[in-house]
Amino acid sequence: MSFTMVVLVKQVPNWSNITGEAMNADGTVNRNALPAVFNPDDLLALELALDLKDREGGRVTVLTMGPPRAADILRDALCRGADRAILLSDRRFAASDTLATSYALAQTIITRLSPFDLVICGRQAIDGDTAQVGPQVAEKLKLPQVSYVERVLECRGDRLVIRRNLGRAHEIVEAETPLLLTVVGGGGSARWPNARLLLKYRRACSAFEIEKAAQARGAAVGELKDELAARGLLIDTWGVDEICADLNRTGLTGSPTKVKKIMNVVLKGKDLKRFAPDDAGVKALVDELTAERTFG
Amino acid sequence: MDNFFSDNPDILWHFEHLELDEIIANAEDDFAQASRFDDAPASAADAREGYRAVLDMLGAIAAQEIAPLAAEVDLEGAHFEHGKVSYARGTQRALDILSRTSLMGFTLPREYGGLNMPGVLYTMATEIVSQADASLMNLFGLQDIAETIREFASEEQKARYLPKFASGEVTGAMILTEPDAGSDLQAVRLKAVAQPDGAWKLYGVKRFITNGCGDVSLVLARTEDGSTDGRGLSMLLCEKCPELVVRRIEHKLGIHGSPTCELQFNGVPAELVGQRRMGLIRYVMSLMNGARVAIAAQSIGIAQAAYEEALKYARERAQFKKRIIEFPQVYDMLARMKSSLLAARAITYEASRLVDLRRVYEHRMAKAPGEDVRAGLKEISAFAGVLTPIAKAYASEMCNQVAYDAIQIHGGTGFMRDFNVERLARDARITSIYEGTTQLQVIGALPGVTSGTLGRFLDALAAGAIPAGLSELAALCGEARAHLARALTHLKTADDKTYLDYTARPLIDMASEALAAHLFLRQAVRDAGRALHAEKYIRDAMPRIRMRAEIVTSGDRLTIEKHAELM
Repeated sequence: MSFTMVVLVKQVPNWSNITGEAMNADGTVNRNALPAVFNPDDLLALELALDLKDREGGRVTVLTMGPPRAADILRDALCRGADRAILLSDRRFAASDTLATSYALAQTIITRLSPFDLVICGRQAIDGDTAQVGPQVAEKLKLPQVSYVERVLECRGDRLVIRRNLGRAHEIVEAETPLLLTVVGGGGSARWPNARLLLKYRRACSAFEIEKAAQARGAAVGELKDELAARGLLIDTWGVDEICADLNRTGLTGSPTKVKKIMNVVLKGKDLKRFAPDDAGVKALVDELTAERTFG
Repeated sequence: MDNFFSDNPDILWHFEHLELDEIIANAEDDFAQASRFDDAPASAADAREGYRAVLDMLGAIAAQEIAPLAAEVDLEGAHFEHGKVSYARGTQRALDILSRTSLMGFTLPREYGGLNMPGVLYTMATEIVSQADASLMNLFGLQDIAETIREFASEEQKARYLPKFASGEVTGAMILTEPDAGSDLQAVRLKAVAQPDGAWKLYGVKRFITNGCGDVSLVLARTEDGSTDGRGLSMLLCEKCPELVVRRIEHKLGIHGSPTCELQFNGVPAELVGQRRMGLIRYVMSLMNGARVAIAAQSIGIAQAAYEEALKYARERAQFKKRIIEFPQVYDMLARMKSSLLAARAITYEASRLVDLRRVYEHRMAKAPGEDVRAGLKEISAFAGVLTPIAKAYASEMCNQVAYDAIQIHGGTGFMRDFNVERLARDARITSIYEGTTQLQVIGALPGVTSGTLGRFLDALAAGAIPAGLSELAALCGEARAHLARALTHLKTADDKTYLDYTARPLIDMASEALAAHLFLRQAVRDAGRALHAEKYIRDAMPRIRMRAEIVTSGDRLTIEKHAELM
């Protein structure tokens, strides 16, 4: 069967290129100082969806909540083969914690993207590492969820045979759609963009970008929007009103998480232990790791 | 993340300064394609943005996916078992990525699934792929086969085969060489026998065929019974079939990932492409010219990789309590490597751009023929005709020298398998041999140089205002042109065919360096930031140009007269 899929993605700061300005004085992340990238697990979630589409047919909608520049990862997703992209962006969503984020995403799916067969997310984002949003969305949508998904092995009608990666073991489960998956991938990487899609979708625009382009060209927003829509280059851009969100549950108001304190952890020399590079040293290292239960 | 396009300031400079507007407008039917295809650009600026996005992606794929596999591909090589050829695992993986990303139909029109990009962008892409893995270029570069089908085959043949090439569903081979017909393709003997239904069957043996195991091949074969020269040869298309037997694959010095096959044709069904008797004279010459620019690009890619390895090593390696890059002999070597690498790139991109421009004029001739269009086409064709063999000869010889120097900078470690320069030097060696040896390129460039075509091209490059700071370099370029003119006058006066052939190499080397000097000068005129590299190249090249002028005008016939005794 073919699947209607919604993939939840996030744009995150790229931690692989840390500079001195990466952190603000108050210990929060200086997002402007770091290049923004597609969250790695979410890219694997997109890959899983596109692979399923290749095998079984279907349609992949990519949804992100974020600032206007998050449209970059939506264009990227379209260039890799996604069919539709949605940017959920509104100042009233700002400062959302995982609860408020999952509310906004679930509300979007309920009000605008139903019915669907699968909601697919990455396990966690590299900026917060909470791994909470996927499971929370599942709860809000009253969906069964399968976490740590490595691969969909087989589709039997509306039942999926799924391999989970549990670190030291694999587990094969069978689950019925509609369903939510959180993906860790199986060591493989996501596909590259396709050059023809790249040539097309590099011009896809969100409402914010249309407004800017219209101003620059002195054209009417509506005209430009129609022109892009006719060519399939519109990134749907929705805010609180489009998804009929409850303002008590969005943004800072809807976020019970409070950051109490942020600490820099610096490993000092005394935390290190040296072993001689000989047979006796290797044995001592193995014994130590076994005693600490890192091994075995 | 590494990227062989966006990390390379020289490629970027060319990309930003290439004069492409006419070429883009022609390829895009004055942007009429934008209404038919949603990936077509709406303007020249829009097209450039698209090209940049595609090259940027290819640069990332090359650096991050292909390059890390190259050493393993070299060790594993292509396989031949039970009559079947298979690629090394890394080669197959790279091909799968290039196919899935739609990068195997760079220049093919959109209606066949291609990207419709100008040839000069494909030349850049070829270089980028070669920098990652030289042997993969031999498969990526087979897009020239599809390009030949596009140019000369029937509409029905194009519709049948081109989408499969663009999607990467099929790979191809150009099957020309035979045991007794290498450089001399007029001696091809493979026999094509006409069948009553209008089809053909092929009988004979071909050798040294890159990717001879490909699915769709173009074959140069003798259709005219009793003929003995190039006029009896036609181009035929055949598919992989039981009658086409791969007898063996060669064990080679380098480019191990590319299978080089010996083929036996036991009545292989084939169909004619284009007109009979035009196989060598027209189609193969066109195919070969495209392939020559591609080998020039491959050479530049290998040289770029070798140069970067050498630079990195020289910065890291310390001897006598100093980094070796601080020793004059070492930094001199590196500066010369880079200078000649930049020269080869400038010549090759210019040659490739002229080939694109020739297509613009051909198109204009077909639409609205006129005397000025005809004259323009003639001139551009002549320029492309002389720059193509010069690019191939210059870039491939440069590549060998740079790879040699890269090992030299590594010292003993460079001789070991553990370092990439060892592989790069082996891969480099074929570039000055296949698709026509350097000696054949010299013969190919000779008419364009002796007729004064190249001189006219240099005059055009030197024309225009020269900023005061560049007057010395402009004067040196003027001196180079004068030496070339003096050499040509000498050869014309001497009117000695043997002497002309004998001095052809120094003459063409001198002409090539004069050409590079002029291209550097033009770069410096357009961008003051390029003046230093221009100065380095022109100052270095002048003594060599003077020396070669002296050789050519010396009239020294000693080796001609006494070569039997001297050898």
